[in-house]
Amino acid sequence: MEKKEQKGLSRRKFIIGTLQAVGLSVLGGLVWGAYIDEATSAPLVLRPPGALPEKDFLKKCIKCGLCVEYCPYDTLKLAAPGDNIPIGTPYFEPRKVPCYMCTDIPCAVACPTGALDTDTVSDVVDGKKQLNINKARMGLAVINMESCIAYWGIQCDACYRACPLIDKAITINYMRNERTGKHAYLVPTVHSEYCTGCGLCEYACVTVEPSIYVLPRHVIKGKAGQHYLKGWEREQKLQLIQEKRSRFTTPRSEKSPLEYLNEGDLLNE
Amino acid sequence: MSKIVHYIYKHRYLFSRRIVQVSIILLYIAGNLYGWTILRGNLSMGKLFETIPVADPYAVLQMFFAGAILLWDAILGAVIVLLFYALIGGRMFCSWVCPVNIITDAANWIRKKFRLDRDEWQLRFSKKVRYWILALSFVMSAIMAVPVFEFVSPISMLHRGLIYGMGFGWAAVLTVFLFDLFVTKNGWCGHLCPLGAFYSLTTGKSVLRVYHIQPNCTLCMNCKNICPEKQVLAIVGKESGYIDFGECINCGRCIEVCNDDALKFSLRYIKKEKEGLENA
Repeated sequence: MEKKEQKGLSRRKFIIGTLQAVGLSVLGGLVWGAYIDEATSAPLVLRPPGALPEKDFLKKCIKCGLCVEYCPYDTLKLAAPGDNIPIGTPYFEPRKVPCYMCTDIPCAVACPTGALDTDTVSDVVDGKKQLNINKARMGLAVINMESCIAYWGIQCDACYRACPLIDKAITINYMRNERTGKHAYLVPTVHSEYCTGCGLCEYACVTVEPSIYVLPRHVIKGKAGQHYLKGWEREQKLQLIQEKRSRFTTPRSEKSPLEYLNEGDLLNE
Repeated sequence: MSKIVHYIYKHRYLFSRRIVQVSIILLYIAGNLYGWTILRGNLSMGKLFETIPVADPYAVLQMFFAGAILLWDAILGAVIVLLFYALIGGRMFCSWVCPVNIITDAANWIRKKFRLDRDEWQLRFSKKVRYWILALSFVMSAIMAVPVFEFVSPISMLHRGLIYGMGFGWAAVLTVFLFDLFVTKNGWCGHLCPLGAFYSLTTGKSVLRVYHIQPNCTLCMNCKNICPEKQVLAIVGKESGYIDFGECINCGRCIEVCNDDALKFSLRYIKKEKEGLENA
């Protein structure tokens, strides 16, 4: 009888103990999870070339720092606590040290986990993988037209000259200066299909605070959506015709409006 | 002179451990600063001689739970490290590699010097909490889709900080130090750390183990007083045998403080030692 009672007690103790641990785990998990949620969001951070999209990157980065060690220009840094960047992950600040676009991409090659994926920064030539740093998409440069002195009419092409993809990623456009009536604006323009986000332009910019700066692509790259088409471009025009056919043809609209109106049925309705 | 020799002999494992711990971090620092190729990276993941990958198996497991498909380098590195500790070293990482061990040992030393280690001055809680934290870290990694402990680990904050720059990481290290000093004896390493818990669960069957020679034991309890994981010394004074607990960190402190040659490092499976009850 006594034994039975003891057994019941110890079982009860075990169950209570387990439930307590579960309760504490839920509490701990909630706090921990809330912290992780905050600590992993850094929408403006710039990652090394070949970095996967931020979510996958944080999943795979083991925070070993090998990319930082193999960067010959000390461009890359590992985020320390207090930097407000997911702790231990590599990033760079182009105004301090830009990415110099090494053709052998030592940082991405050094990555042991695949958080920096060399496949995204290489071409396949004759069935062989060949690194191509120009395919890097670390960010996208944007120009502040209000503080950029070229937009004031002062001649400056620092960013254009600094760009490793000169005349592709940054071009100089000419505009008439209406104020003087006899001068031209020579203004830089960034083209997102070529810009790698290396930040050499931001580094070279002559204004006190940079007037051209790199931001993560997803932050600034707008999207018009599929319902807007450039009818003056051959491919999109064809697409337009196709879509008109498939989406806007009903038994009624198959006939021309004139035909349809003159059928006379309408009068009887 | 002989006093110094004796002192060193009585702390031979302690000194060796400090030398190993500091050298590993220094080699990583030299790898980053001067491009030495012996060890590069850090304790989360590194490369030995720029070829052999070595990775923290617990971090890689968290990533697995987070849903990451890693390159073979990382997986191989984790397997190499885990096999080394599981087959050979036991929970050696904690006492011979981990830099936090130096911090918590310092806290423990001060705790003893200033007689802060009275039982009634301790916040007591179960040593099993670490296993719950370990399990929780896997669940959380799966839910949050990131390796969650790697974002809060004071261990990696310390070694990464020493190699690449500390930032506010010192605050986490200080927290561990103060917790161990004032709140609970061996509070971090022996109660909370999920990395230690991970190695405890995986490395209990290793070759290198502490061996107890019961007939020599005088029951002075020096070993139990110095041991950071007392529960593993359950057989002391009772029967000869290997310390058969994964929680033993193979620090060798018990061997050093024993004045009766009742404890030693031995190689299980390889050396034939007598086990079980013995009549002295």
